[in-house]
Amino acid sequence: MIDFTFTEEQEMFRKAAREFAETMIMPKVAEMEKTGDVSQDVVKALAEADMMGITIPEEYGGLGLGYTERLIALEEISRVSVATAMMLQVFALGIEPIIKFGSEETKKKYLPGLATGKRLATTAVTEATGGSDPTGIKSSYTKDGEDFIVNGRKCFITNSHIADTITILAKAEDTPKAFCAFVIDENMPGWKATHKEHKVGMRGCNTGELSFEGLRIGKAQLLGAEGKGLGVTMAAIGDVGRGGMVGTALGLQAACLEESIKFAGQRILYGKPISFLQSIQNKIAEMKIDLEAGKLLGYRAAAIQDAGGRSSNEFAVAKYYTTEAAQKAAKMAVDIHGGYGCMEEYPVTRFWRDAAVLGPSAGTSDIMKVIIARWAMS
Amino acid sequence: MLKIVVCVKAVPDPKAAGNIKIDPQTKTLLRGNVPMVLNPLDKNALEAALQIKTGMEVHITVLSMGPPEAASIVKECLALGADRGILLSDRGFGGADAFATAYTLAMGVQKNGDADVVFCGMASSDGATEWVGPEMATMLDMPVVTMVREIIPHADEAWEVKSALENGYRRMRVRLPAVFTVTRDLNSPRTLSFSGIIKARKKTITEWGLDDLGVSAERVGLKGSPTIVTEMRTVENTRKVEFIEGTREEKAEQLVQKLVEVGVL
Repeated sequence: MIDFTFTEEQEMFRKAAREFAETMIMPKVAEMEKTGDVSQDVVKALAEADMMGITIPEEYGGLGLGYTERLIALEEISRVSVATAMMLQVFALGIEPIIKFGSEETKKKYLPGLATGKRLATTAVTEATGGSDPTGIKSSYTKDGEDFIVNGRKCFITNSHIADTITILAKAEDTPKAFCAFVIDENMPGWKATHKEHKVGMRGCNTGELSFEGLRIGKAQLLGAEGKGLGVTMAAIGDVGRGGMVGTALGLQAACLEESIKFAGQRILYGKPISFLQSIQNKIAEMKIDLEAGKLLGYRAAAIQDAGGRSSNEFAVAKYYTTEAAQKAAKMAVDIHGGYGCMEEYPVTRFWRDAAVLGPSAGTSDIMKVIIARWAMS
Repeated sequence: MLKIVVCVKAVPDPKAAGNIKIDPQTKTLLRGNVPMVLNPLDKNALEAALQIKTGMEVHITVLSMGPPEAASIVKECLALGADRGILLSDRGFGGADAFATAYTLAMGVQKNGDADVVFCGMASSDGATEWVGPEMATMLDMPVVTMVREIIPHADEAWEVKSALENGYRRMRVRLPAVFTVTRDLNSPRTLSFSGIIKARKKTITEWGLDDLGVSAERVGLKGSPTIVTEMRTVENTRKVEFIEGTREEKAEQLVQKLVEVGVL
């Protein structure tokens, strides 16, 4: 029989993540919404609560936990702050290629600092000419002896201005089908964070551009084999990026449902709370159905990975379903709130704006369908 | 090494208190789906012990009486930093009032042996008698300070404590061993951490029943309880909305009059 229950320890992780989010992040949400900037207090709190080292092996200072625990943490954090969950999920996106493809020396150099929050990570693949199609990127490298010289620019990079440990993808200038993934850090001259984006939602999560001008990278910074970098970054995006979006979306779905139930129980119409109206109940039921289905999809994909398998296809399904459902839930939550749903003191306005950013992050729904169709027809 | 015992209780989550009903026939609580959580003031008690541990060599045992499911809150205390957990669980302990609870816990403290300090929350969020700590101290023949809001531990076994009074506070020195019941003003309890949960994997919870404690069944549970609850009812909160008409002055006058009528002014 399939066991769909979380272990007692996983339930405790959920409780810990929820307590952490409610006590350490919730008080900072208003400030993040107002300024749009990353809260250094939140980053520090995430580090102190070991949230950055969840999947980093214990021998490198992490907790050595799995994708299920990561999903639990992201779900609970996103329930309070989608922006913070997004930032955290992309830290892991930058960490994963080092765990999976880094040399022992690279792991020792970066992972302990990443586990404790002394270092902050991201992965930079997307460019104006290629994101969902990474082969379209223009950032390129040439060889100078054993070193690589990289030029180009990246856009829409989450954590662009706070990360100091970045996995980048560049293609060979003379061999267009050869891609290399490198990890770069703050001690390497030749790269900088440039333009900062102002997003419609996820305020408090930094997104921006990176530029590389004559960035010299030693061979030791290569992740995976030379010329095989596409697989490195795609594995991270497929397994960790999509999985992270699922946790983030599930948290937002839960938040929409909770706020809707709360408001519908308080708002009186025709002498009764509007929760007595079937049209409102229908919306709440739809949100609940989507949340339950999304959890099954997401946690199944996480369980496959924890069992040692790959689940980038399963995560594509879950990413499509949960981010679409989160957008739907945010719209319904705003609808349930009526006029109050347009007032910024009600969190559903934030949910609506945050939901708009969920769709395109880590691959749009249309791209997920391309991946899913390819899987179905394979 | 200083040995501290922290007594904790699993209570229905106070955040979901609105979902708890009272059975009009049996006068017992219908908890519904309300989850059991660590009694909020017991978190302050555990935090007090954990803070003392940062300054001196301390072994913290968490002691709870409850059904087997209460093991989850003992486990939570281990994840927060306690060293050992003991759950007093036996059908015979069921239905205990504050006195029988205090007796059972006191027997647990005695069996665990040589406690220098016993911390309790001042009250539980469900029973709220504030009796268990003082009764336990009497049974253990230890001094007790209730409503503690500040502790300055000293190595010479006489601690300085500040306890709350209705209109102020009382500062005193207390020779150990002693029992302290603590208030929420004492500290800000830490939250669970992932690393704490992982560390708790190696910590054990011991379960003791009636036979392990070696006490008479007549002294514990319902049989050992000198008090019984004879009445329990839900307080109904009603809300009435009334619109006051008239000029601004008339409205103000009527408002003041109505506030006087309902006893607010």
